Amino acid sequence: MIAISLPFWAETTIKTVIVLAVIPASALTLGYVFLMKTMAHMQSRMGPMEPGGFHGWYQLIGDGIKFIQKEDIIPDQADRAIFALAPTVVLVSTFLLFVVIPAGPRLVVENLDTGVFFALAVSSLSVIGVLMAGWSSANKYSLLGGLRAAGQLIAYELPLVLAVVGVVIQAGTLSLQGIVEFQQHGEIFGWGGIGLPLILTQFVGFVLFIAASQAELTQAPFDMPLAESELVAGYTTEYTGFRFLFFYMAETATAFALAAIAATLFLGGWSVPWVHGTTADVLGPFVLGAKVMLVAFLIYWIRFTYPRFREDQLQAFAWKYLIPLSLANILITAVFKVVF
Amino acid sequence: MPDIPGKGLVKGLGVTLRTMLQPAVTTQYPKEKETPPIRARGVIALHQENCTVCMLCARSCPDWCIYIEGHKEKAPPRRAGGRPRQVNELDRFDIDYALCMYCGICVDVCPFDALFWSPEFEYSEERIADLLHDKERLSEWMETVPEAPPLEVGAQAGKK
Amino acid sequence: MAVTDQQRRAYVASQAADARVNVELQTEDMILNIGPQHPATHGTLRVVANLDGEQVVWADVVCGYMHRGYEKLTEVRTYPQITTLVNRIDWLSSFANEVPFILAAEKLMEIEAPPRAQYIRTILFELARIANITLFIGTMGADLGAITPVFYAFRDRERVLNQIEAVTGGRFHPNFDRIGGLKDDLPRGWIDETKAVMNRVREFCDELEELLMGNEIFQARTRGIGVIPAEVGLSYGLSGANIRASGIDWDLRRDQDLPLAWKDLDWKVWTHPDGDSFARFWVRLQETREASKMVDQMLDGLPAGSIQAKVPRIIKVPAGEAWVHTENPLGEMGYYIVSQGGLGPFRCKIRSASFNNVSVLPWVLRGTYVPDIITILASLYFILGDIDR
Repeated sequence: MIAISLPFWAETTIKTVIVLAVIPASALTLGYVFLMKTMAHMQSRMGPMEPGGFHGWYQLIGDGIKFIQKEDIIPDQADRAIFALAPTVVLVSTFLLFVVIPAGPRLVVENLDTGVFFALAVSSLSVIGVLMAGWSSANKYSLLGGLRAAGQLIAYELPLVLAVVGVVIQAGTLSLQGIVEFQQHGEIFGWGGIGLPLILTQFVGFVLFIAASQAELTQAPFDMPLAESELVAGYTTEYTGFRFLFFYMAETATAFALAAIAATLFLGGWSVPWVHGTTADVLGPFVLGAKVMLVAFLIYWIRFTYPRFREDQLQAFAWKYLIPLSLANILITAVFKVVF
Repeated sequence: MPDIPGKGLVKGLGVTLRTMLQPAVTTQYPKEKETPPIRARGVIALHQENCTVCMLCARSCPDWCIYIEGHKEKAPPRRAGGRPRQVNELDRFDIDYALCMYCGICVDVCPFDALFWSPEFEYSEERIADLLHDKERLSEWMETVPEAPPLEVGAQAGKK
Repeated sequence: MAVTDQQRRAYVASQAADARVNVELQTEDMILNIGPQHPATHGTLRVVANLDGEQVVWADVVCGYMHRGYEKLTEVRTYPQITTLVNRIDWLSSFANEVPFILAAEKLMEIEAPPRAQYIRTILFELARIANITLFIGTMGADLGAITPVFYAFRDRERVLNQIEAVTGGRFHPNFDRIGGLKDDLPRGWIDETKAVMNRVREFCDELEELLMGNEIFQARTRGIGVIPAEVGLSYGLSGANIRASGIDWDLRRDQDLPLAWKDLDWKVWTHPDGDSFARFWVRLQETREASKMVDQMLDGLPAGSIQAKVPRIIKVPAGEAWVHTENPLGEMGYYIVSQGGLGPFRCKIRSASFNNVSVLPWVLRGTYVPDIITILASLYFILGDIDR
């Protein structure tokens, strides 16, 4: 990490603590700014104003405390072990996502050479958690909701991955740090002013990534599993108290993580083109944070505006539109890369 | 006209963005309060002097939420040498606002202009029994009764 | 060539194998109860659906959870009291419920309200229509998953309710109609304020067209869903925007000669040939805009004069029977009053629009998917108080 060499166990502990702290912090920030305030203003209202005095900043923290002190109910027929583990599995997948996201030239928990591959692989672990939740709840409706959610998540993994392949081809490396550095040092037709944010060349990939991450987060317009107004509340029906909080926190934290990955891949991550060295280390997290907020704004903006797809339309959208589009994107990127 | 696929989607995003940039319409009650219009039916006020215990209001209430009790008394004659007249005295005039439908039939029906509407609405209580306003409380509401608003052009004056 | 024993045995074995697989694959139908407490049904309506996987095999509607005994109540109340009660049948457009009742009573008494009262009655009727349909537009979006239109609907509906409150004193339950006219006249400044509100309503309609109606996802969810052909709609007694969305040009405002202001106005009846959920939404949106234009015309042409005809203080309606029906926001609403000369009617039959609108549900829900049930329920638009009375 920094230029002090610590014993391995100390370094790992510090990194674990940092990531564990970032997850709820990111979930809270995103939840408050977007789910509460931005949504409110888009709906011509104000959102929380009372808790904490100044524009209700304390609202979500209070909500979290409220959830934690609730009774932990496990249904009689439920499979106790799996029921208890399911939220943890989802949270673990989020935790692992944060491991590869770089916040500065040297501020990354683990600079894997196959960063992108690792991130995408790990993000699909949440499907197991969803299935576990649906199955172990001993509730017909939870099972149906869980199956629908799993089907949706699996279907939208493909556009997610394929959208990123274009970026990887252009940058030439799977490592997230490498991609950021490629964008920082890149040039647009010979002008290196703002580097080469890959959103300019990979705009289709960006749109696909955003759409696929909406679906991965089961957010509108892809929130049929959650908004099962006929089937109560989907796979989270039987969850109360802090387990429910885990699901919710995992969802918002994954939104943060996916937005961070999108910012890293397409907008240049922590990099500002003319800043290098230690200044980049200090400025990096803030720059990344700003870019994440931008991408997250886009994600939530879409969520608040659109009605939801029906389940079969959702699947058709993925298989018939997103995947061919992403394959075409890869083809065109490869051709350009070879020719130019 | 979806000539460009996705055009409707983009326009929808524009609407939400525009709304986000405009100020919110929320009124932060109880720090800021909106004033209801003059004719708003908030609470019924009683002008005790005018009431002759004719019981028309209690009879015409669809909910039977007005409770009136009165007795007859002999009042001194108006001029010397006359007979003592019989007047009705009001003992009890309660309106149960837990039952009241705020329809206003009692106010309409009263022939002696003893009942008035007032736009006050902040009288919620912690016990339902406290929602029964007796005649003292109803007389207190008289202070909040506004003047009738001036009417629009074309209205015939002198109606009620 | 003769069939050998081996072939025969093989054939029987394969049939037996098929039979085993068929038995294993035979799924049980699931009975799903939607409601009576449910976010998707607007009120206490219960839809019992028999599902085969995702598809509805048959569906049944159970209403009556909100029955309040209106027709019995009318037997033991006087006319002014019934006017108050009747507000609460279709509570979103309350004034519209009073009007046919008062008109029926006036028909029996052979009085006509003065022209100014007729105009103001129609203005309030159309305001009630706007208040009702804007809420429909918002909640249809909400049922489909779009959470923002609800807030826009409530925000702009608030102004309409404020205008109604400025005249009548009550936002939701105006209780403003009286036999022979209206209770009170308009306060000063109301005409200009209402014109501004009508402008805002038209802006709202435009906004919702952009936000919801033009949205490809919304169109994918509603086009072709819940198609009700015209003959089926007519045979089930659908009325209002539901039948106009199936192509039938039927509007009681235009087709009857009631003592109200519609015959003096220049307006259009909107129909749509498709008969699906999108058509119902579209027709209602256009009707809201049309209603706002009608209110503008009426405000411009408001005749001067009194607002109450001469009626005795204690109203006793002469004996007789009268039936008046009007084009309420939800459909056709009518009152059949049988009077025996008393203070109140002897019997009053209330024909409410939603009751018939909901009766088409078992027909239209056959073969649809579960998410489409919600879309169809939302697009048919009923109010529970109107169904159950």
